[in-house]
Amino acid sequence: MDFTLRKEHEMARALFKEFAEKEVKPLAQEVDETEEFPRVTVEKMAKNGFLGIPVPKEYGGQGCDPLTYAMCVEELSKVCGTTGVIVSAHTSLCCDPIQTYGTEAQKQKYLIPLAKGEKLGAFGLTEPGAGTDAQGQQTKAVLDGHEWILNGSKIFITNGKEADVYIIFAVTGIVEKRGKKVKEISAFIVEKGTPGFSFGTKEKKMGIRGSSTYELIFTDCRIPKENLLGAQGKGFGIAMHTLDGGRIGIAAQALGIAAGALESTIAYVQERKQFGRAIGAFQNTQFQLADTATKVEAARMLVYKAAMAKATQKVYSLEAAMAKLYAAEVAMEVTTKAVQLHGGYGYTREYDVERMMRDAKITEIYEGTSEVQRMVISANIIK
Amino acid sequence: MKIVVCIKQVPDTKGGVKFNPDGTLDRAAMLTIMNPDDKAGLEAALRLKDQYGAEVTVITMGLPKAEDVLREALAMGADNAILVTDRVLGGADTWATSQTLAGAIRNLEYDLIITGRQAIDGDTAQVGPQISEHLDIPVISYAQNIKIDGNSVIVERQFDDRYHVLKAQMPCLITALSELNEPRYMTPGGIFDACKAEITVWGRANLVDVEDSNLGLKGSPTQIAKASDKVRKGAGEKVTLDPAESVDYIIDKLKEKHIV
Repeated sequence: MDFTLRKEHEMARALFKEFAEKEVKPLAQEVDETEEFPRVTVEKMAKNGFLGIPVPKEYGGQGCDPLTYAMCVEELSKVCGTTGVIVSAHTSLCCDPIQTYGTEAQKQKYLIPLAKGEKLGAFGLTEPGAGTDAQGQQTKAVLDGHEWILNGSKIFITNGKEADVYIIFAVTGIVEKRGKKVKEISAFIVEKGTPGFSFGTKEKKMGIRGSSTYELIFTDCRIPKENLLGAQGKGFGIAMHTLDGGRIGIAAQALGIAAGALESTIAYVQERKQFGRAIGAFQNTQFQLADTATKVEAARMLVYKAAMAKATQKVYSLEAAMAKLYAAEVAMEVTTKAVQLHGGYGYTREYDVERMMRDAKITEIYEGTSEVQRMVISANIIK
Repeated sequence: MKIVVCIKQVPDTKGGVKFNPDGTLDRAAMLTIMNPDDKAGLEAALRLKDQYGAEVTVITMGLPKAEDVLREALAMGADNAILVTDRVLGGADTWATSQTLAGAIRNLEYDLIITGRQAIDGDTAQVGPQISEHLDIPVISYAQNIKIDGNSVIVERQFDDRYHVLKAQMPCLITALSELNEPRYMTPGGIFDACKAEITVWGRANLVDVEDSNLGLKGSPTQIAKASDKVRKGAGEKVTLDPAESVDYIIDKLKEKHIV
């Protein structure tokens, strides 16, 4: 067992760190204040290959591994949680299912421009009545000749209005499973601009405020028959498997937010003086930072382990759930302590830790709440 | 078109500087980066490659550790990398360095050689022009813009508050300024390829038409009598404001530092 990073991972981390410091950090506060989607940053990331890191080169990607991708989301999120989730949702929730379940024609048409960053991706599973309970889906798709007709709506969709390609889940029938009638769910690739596909309200959020979170509305939206992703009725499995990968991205985002808050706090406690000493000289500060640094490192180990598992294992639900659960809770804890150690300044929007604390909260909620992660973990260990 | 870019691994000025007992830099003990002027030179070569099509070869003389800057150059888009490393080449001044690099470059076909203007460790700006002398080709230094015109290059050479436009027939050598461009980032896929790529390693035996007496510490006319780390003062900040604004500015700064 060797915890040493390979040369390419060290170099990639240095690249992501340099990019984050130069291109992302200077805009983070403005992105939060204005709630503007950082389109210019996304274009720069596209140009540098950040939007197709784990996608094979033959499909326009960088041909790297999930660990490199996780490091990218981590380093971006250290300085801007919004930018981290844009890459995560695009890569894990849109590129990955097309790469895994798409036909060759779908990969040629959609995966290549997505991985090159010419197009941005999104994923629509959640509905007003179907969050954690994905079986509560109301959106329906009915086959009419050579087209599926989509009706319904999706909420809380990351990259909502900015994306070009969407993975959308809909009920395509009712089937009997172990004597019970259950909804048959299928996955579809839907393009922006398709007649009948429109946007509803933009969510006003606590954190990741630059991320474009929208309601998607489908009204007699006709999509080509060949845009069914995977087999009909396999949508639930596709969604769950996709979310396993997505959780690694969000875990990396949470890890980044925690690590960013820790870095800011380490710098601050050496500058801030009280009672004639830097507050970093007080044992309370030292012990709090020792605890948080240990937890951040533990979260990093779980996130990297999950990313490695995605590269080598067929099933990695347990690793992904543990990484997301732990990293998200560490992010919340570390950012809260970071604000506390910054005192009154930490409560102002002048300081990054205030934003980081708000950004951290969502990591305990989206792509499976912490409670769902505990359900996944317990189901994997109590058999 | 074939372009050779000379790059150097230099101490990262953010890290500390360490010396060997003989006064030369202890390069193995320091954090390092690609010399900024060289990186601009590499970017210029890669832009010529994008625009006109070219094969870009990067070359460096240094410790085996200097392989890191070569991999970085490959990850940015260079095609080939050559490391010239040998114990007998150690402790070289600009004369011995330029002799070594010229000796290595004699093995290669090239239309253009690009070097940085100067390295941030030695700050001599001598190696590039010396290489051109050894190879008997024209040199245009302090390039702030480079264009190709048939078999020639047209270069804007920085000169005080203006620039000269010079044209030279290839093959020739150009020394680049870091103001020349904003170097591109490596790409993640480029990094993965660069780490798998084979780097050509040459030693003394591979150098062409170079005398032993011109190599390494022994071949270096420059002898360092004493070297020390500069006593660092704060960089300071100079602002020009009217008196009322200045007072506000100073008070803001004091507040920012939590002094008042």
